[in-house]
Amino acid sequence: MSLARSIAPVARALRTPVGAIAGLWLALIVAAALLAPLIAPYAYDVQNLPESFQPPSPAHLLGTDEFGRDLLTRIIYGARTSLSVSVISIAISVFAGMVLGAAAGYFGGTFDRAVTIVVDLSWSFPEILVALILVAIIGPGVTGTMAAIGVAYLAQFTRLTRSQILAIRSETYIEAARSLGAGGGFILFRHLLPNALAPVLVAGMLATGDAIILEATLGFFGLGAQPPLPSWGSMMSSGSALLFKAPWIIILPGLAVAITVIAINLFGDALIRALDIKTRLREA
Amino acid sequence: MLSYLIKRILLLVPVFLAVSAVIFLILHLIPGDPVDNLLKVGSSASKRAEIEARYGLDRPLIVQYGIWLGNVLQGDLGTSIVTRRPVAQLIGQVMPDSLQLGGLALLLSSVAGVLLGVLAAKARDRWPDRLVMGGVLLGSTLPSFWIGLILILVFSVQLGWFPVSGARGWSSLVLPVITIGLGGIALVARVTRVAMIDTAGRDFVLLLHAKGLPPGRILWRHVLRHAMIPVVTILALRIGWILGGAVTVEYVFARPGLGTTLIKALNQHDYPVVQACLLMLAIAVMLGTLLGDIIQALMDPRVREAIT
Amino acid sequence: MLLSVRDLSVRFGEVEPLSGISFDIDRGEILGLVGESGSGKSLTAMAVAGLLPLVGGRIAAGSVTFDGTDLTRLAEDQLRTYRGRRIAFVTQNPMTALDPAQRVGEQIDVVARLHRGQSRQGARATTLDLLTALRIPEAAAICDAYPHQLSGGMKQRIVIAMALAGEPDLIIADEPTTALDVTVQAQIIHLLGQLVRERALGLMLITHDMGVVAQICDRVAVLYAGRLAETRAAAPLFAAPRHPYTAALIGCIPREGMAPGSLAGIPGAVPSAAAYSAGCRFHARCARMTGRCRTEVPVPAERPEGGALACHNPLEVP
Repeated sequence: MSLARSIAPVARALRTPVGAIAGLWLALIVAAALLAPLIAPYAYDVQNLPESFQPPSPAHLLGTDEFGRDLLTRIIYGARTSLSVSVISIAISVFAGMVLGAAAGYFGGTFDRAVTIVVDLSWSFPEILVALILVAIIGPGVTGTMAAIGVAYLAQFTRLTRSQILAIRSETYIEAARSLGAGGGFILFRHLLPNALAPVLVAGMLATGDAIILEATLGFFGLGAQPPLPSWGSMMSSGSALLFKAPWIIILPGLAVAITVIAINLFGDALIRALDIKTRLREA
Repeated sequence: MLSYLIKRILLLVPVFLAVSAVIFLILHLIPGDPVDNLLKVGSSASKRAEIEARYGLDRPLIVQYGIWLGNVLQGDLGTSIVTRRPVAQLIGQVMPDSLQLGGLALLLSSVAGVLLGVLAAKARDRWPDRLVMGGVLLGSTLPSFWIGLILILVFSVQLGWFPVSGARGWSSLVLPVITIGLGGIALVARVTRVAMIDTAGRDFVLLLHAKGLPPGRILWRHVLRHAMIPVVTILALRIGWILGGAVTVEYVFARPGLGTTLIKALNQHDYPVVQACLLMLAIAVMLGTLLGDIIQALMDPRVREAIT
Repeated sequence: MLLSVRDLSVRFGEVEPLSGISFDIDRGEILGLVGESGSGKSLTAMAVAGLLPLVGGRIAAGSVTFDGTDLTRLAEDQLRTYRGRRIAFVTQNPMTALDPAQRVGEQIDVVARLHRGQSRQGARATTLDLLTALRIPEAAAICDAYPHQLSGGMKQRIVIAMALAGEPDLIIADEPTTALDVTVQAQIIHLLGQLVRERALGLMLITHDMGVVAQICDRVAVLYAGRLAETRAAAPLFAAPRHPYTAALIGCIPREGMAPGSLAGIPGAVPSAAAYSAGCRFHARCARMTGRCRTEVPVPAERPEGGALACHNPLEVP
């Protein structure tokens, strides 16, 4: 896929009002995550107990948490953790899923059947359950969370890639290429995978939204990023106990998750419309 | 129908074996010696020997799995490392709470989801449709634990209508059920809407109108019935997803249940409890999927025949 | 006259896919409504049955007078007492016309129960009588079957039984045989013809198959791109078509003794409703086109030899 061909749909998605607003928010969050040390007003890990539980004020725009740390700072650093964990683990999952799915779809046979059985099996199990099993094995923390997310969504990308490959494999131009003597690897990498790329990448983008929620949920359980490193989920792990005293400590990180995930979904929808791949995503 | 049922149940056996094997392996995949992981730090040598003998830890892995599965099937889920109580007893205590919560959430998801989906389909592209679809977007994208926390803040802390946490009485169920239900409602409403619109455009519906049947009867008896087939399919596939929501929400509302027990055990490295909770959740998911398939077969004569 | 359609126009938003259609059907008479795909035949049928709102269309002008009542002036509730009771519908594809989750017997029963106030048992007796009259063997067993267990021809008989169960005066059959095997097609057409004669029904038979029209129709209305081209009694129409489009359609029927490959297709395709040209809509495909055809719409006019015709340069009538 050439650069122009991949940018055009994104530009088209950005030209719709909803796509533009969603894209703007995502750009803002990504910038905040990348530039966290430069733009954050305070240090994320220095406790300042006399200033704890402060509601939003000019000094602390979003207030402070139970240890007196600036909430805006922690949300900015939290974006860094939450986004990088979700994006990296989904990227690995997409890559592994494409390899597995392409191999299963292209080679067929026993390997395909084995992959299909495992994928179908994990399909009916909720991601959170798969993730909890992984966390049980690897242990809480950023690594465990990433492995959990990566494995939890692997089935989805494998399934999607496989169905895309199967759909394209029988088309005439593939037959033509084969009859002209093109090798299996050439056909797979030159024809099949590029055509399967767009739907899988969009699915990966939408899954990143789900992954942010999954990361937040594990963090909320105390199984994600460990203190003092903030992630949006772990910032809420003190839970309902704080709702009486300082609800903003719970509301604001959740709001960051919510708006980001909604933005990802809306932008993803705009992209799906721009790429015109709705039916291809639904087939899977 | 009976032979369909038997076949469908037999299909679950390999699934159960595979899933239980994964859960069994947790103990061996975690870093460290399995015996250490089953004991409190500083346990005596005799305790170690007892554990080793009990789980057959000196035998090949496959034999160990056999021993473990045999124990599980006899209702022996091991002993909690932290509380030193039989895990089966622990699970038995919290199971009814989880079932109640999950069942009610499933009921709410199906009923409210279908009604909203029908409403949206009937008012296609007009404001009720847009309102429902907006709600669907929120319900399917907001993290459920956060919705739970917000509901607590508004209805328990601010308005004082429901208890903040715990599992005493019906009023303590309202917010958790709604919290889990929102995601399910969003899913069911979205699928119902699409299926209703799709079915309403089919030939046989046109002919029902041509037969002079009242539109209400066509909608509820024929179109909805058809639209329910994909809805039940999705619901069957995603029952586990709704039950998974229960894990999170139990923890938010500090309700006793499998979810809270599981999270607590994970944080305390209480592996026998972790395994038992995961196994129970997996069984619940499998039975839920089975239930969905059976309902689907009852609704569609073609599905029934294709399989028997 | 049982049914009299006058200057009927149908609109979907700004698009008008059907304009100024007129024709009549009497009791015991079969009208063939013919034309290629996209000519507006099915829309005409839906307009007569009052089903346009289901697909988002509406009657913009004209009248549909059925047994003295203008159906276009009736409210939906009143119209429903006609549908299934006095005007019955047989759809194109029997494979998809029946509710797949309901036993076919029940689908027929409901018509008699709804429109003729029959009890459950009474309606079933009516259904069994009908199925027997349609020469369906083992009617009782068929009643208990689901649609997917029946063949296409059998399903179309069920749809016809559904249509007859309300004891209608008019049946609208929209390409009732297109989806069926050739041998079954002939049976169904024969069956419909017989029913019309026996029960003195009016039948509006929509088809693109001029062979079928020649076989059983008494009168023909030819549609092209949403307008009426020609209407006339069947015998003289086939003997001496006046509209070049009618002549071309008749030229498409394969006949005995024709040299293989001489099947005269009509070059070009029916334009879509969003892209109708000015003047006569057939002019781009017409061999007799003149300058006038490009600019001036030919209005259907009564002809001394019978029927009506909308053409600036009709073929000579001998």
